[in-house]
Amino acid sequence: MLSFFSAHSPLLAIVIPLLAAPLCMVFGNKSVAFVISFLAAAASFALSVFMLLWVKDGTVLSYHIGGWAPPLGIEYRVDTANAFVLSIVSAIGMLALSYARTSITTEINEKHHTLFYACFIMCFTGLMGVTITGDAFNIFVFLEISSLSTYTLVALGAEKDKRALSAAYDYLILGTIGATFFVIGLGFIYMATGTLNLHDLSQRLPEISDSRTVRAGFALIVIGMGLKVAIYPLHRWLPGAYTYSPSAVSVFLAATATKVALYVIIRFMFSVYSKDFAFEAITFQYVILPLALIAMFAAAFVAAYQINIKRMLAYSSVSQIGYMLLGLSILNVEGVSGAFVHMFNHAITKGALFMAIGAIVFRTGSALLPNMAGLGKQMPWTSAAIVVGGLSLIGIPGTAGFVSKWVLMSAAFEREWWPIALLIVASSLIAVVYIWRVVEVLYLQAPAKESVVQEAPLSLLVPTWILIIATIVFGLYADFAISISTTAAEYIMQGGFGGKEVIILGVEGR
Amino acid sequence: MEHHLILRVVTKILVGPILLYGLYVQFHGDFGPGGGFQAGVIFAVAFMLYGIVFSLRELRKLVPDWIVHQLIAIGLLLYTCTGLVTLFLGGNFLDYNVLWSVAYKGQHYGIIAVELGVGITVFAVMLAIYYAFAGRPPQLDDKDW
Repeated sequence: MLSFFSAHSPLLAIVIPLLAAPLCMVFGNKSVAFVISFLAAAASFALSVFMLLWVKDGTVLSYHIGGWAPPLGIEYRVDTANAFVLSIVSAIGMLALSYARTSITTEINEKHHTLFYACFIMCFTGLMGVTITGDAFNIFVFLEISSLSTYTLVALGAEKDKRALSAAYDYLILGTIGATFFVIGLGFIYMATGTLNLHDLSQRLPEISDSRTVRAGFALIVIGMGLKVAIYPLHRWLPGAYTYSPSAVSVFLAATATKVALYVIIRFMFSVYSKDFAFEAITFQYVILPLALIAMFAAAFVAAYQINIKRMLAYSSVSQIGYMLLGLSILNVEGVSGAFVHMFNHAITKGALFMAIGAIVFRTGSALLPNMAGLGKQMPWTSAAIVVGGLSLIGIPGTAGFVSKWVLMSAAFEREWWPIALLIVASSLIAVVYIWRVVEVLYLQAPAKESVVQEAPLSLLVPTWILIIATIVFGLYADFAISISTTAAEYIMQGGFGGKEVIILGVEGR
Repeated sequence: MEHHLILRVVTKILVGPILLYGLYVQFHGDFGPGGGFQAGVIFAVAFMLYGIVFSLRELRKLVPDWIVHQLIAIGLLLYTCTGLVTLFLGGNFLDYNVLWSVAYKGQHYGIIAVELGVGITVFAVMLAIYYAFAGRPPQLDDKDW
């Protein structure tokens, strides 16, 4: 039985949540739906961690759907990089679901709860599928699954604040443009190579790398996915979507959606296309690097002026994505591994912060800064979570945020890019400003008269604190994340979608 | 549409053949052009035509919302469960060969089951979209904002 699970682990990590979504609808009861979706996410998490431990030395797992061998058939391909992302997505998804059970009671009409769980687990399936698949067109299909369910989830915030509708609509339009660009880009490289398998593409592209079709495909893929990643000038959809969606959805989106899109960009830039292609080096130097730096500062400045805390965190996300892109533009193993570490650390930090803000919204009904005056005494645990999460966002030693900034800086040192290293520190100082504004309001201002706010219920505090403790644990014991990211970065930088050895899972032969 | 005699009569004549054509496309999908997606759309078109001519209210009596919602889920379940059956019969996911003693027959039945799942879901989603658009309240009041 155990061998059954290990032989089909890449598939089951996707199919179990995929099965959970329709089951939620068939049973039509919100408690049953919660149990089903939570168990599915937990099973998916267990399988992801199992695969991560299997491939953390650089092994590659390959699973052939329908028994059709790639490049003709669709393949699920797990290496260190995407096993890491799979674990992040499934862990956050599981915690966000456990958090959702209480948090959506004040945000979403009760008759929609079942559909909420179905949508949520569908979005989860989509993000996991994008990450695990080794087939370019399959990425697009799963991307659409996750995006369409995300638009619905964001729009569900409309019962509390009607602006969620326009936020969801913005996201729908821009997300669809992004997905369209991406699929047109895929069309171009399919036309040039005649294959859609990522590994096969990486073998065929080098010999035709100076063809205009291939370069146009690259541009379309990077811009399309860039919209999903929210690379600086393409981030228009992000603040609205994060601000007005229900708390649990904000947690899940902020911690996973952009990370998965960023993973796809990394996969295409380094595995499918190679960093040795002349046009790609130029793209990094003259497009991605400047945009990353602008994002780090501009978005952080905007964050410092926000009154709505969720919006502030959303802009902070745009700025943090800048760090990850900066890591990629450094174009060495340390830089890419820094991007992966930061993906992980930012996911747990931002997830925790959005959970803590969600707890405040749950009690006070508002995410506006002035309404939080003096909550430090009334909601001590939630406020403490914001402080610790904020410290990690700034990058104080002892928290997860420090680890990734350290890796990024040493990557910059290795290329002798001293100014870049300084800019990383400088932009962290802006993070001090916007985090301090919140801390000041929470602890140093007197609460409004006759306001009695209770501490958030345990069902919200426990997932929040699991993530907060994770930021401290992974800040103190950084080896785990760094070693996995370094292995991932090493194999990614080699180009291609290979590893130490390729193990074909599932049932072989007929 | 009470007074549109021609429309009503023509609709009554057309609905049957459209449904039949939908089924043809559905079950022809494994041999030639066609398949679940197209069939689901064609099948839903027959219902929409009925809804447009004989009013949405009549159609909703015929196919209530809850059935449409369940059908969306059931189609996907059919698809996924076909995959799981092949998994438990000792193949990879959606490896239809193991469904029957002869491999090509397994492929045949497997694709029919999967396409049926696709067809049901597409049909139900099309109808759900039609219900959502046709049945929405005429306008948002200013106070709703």
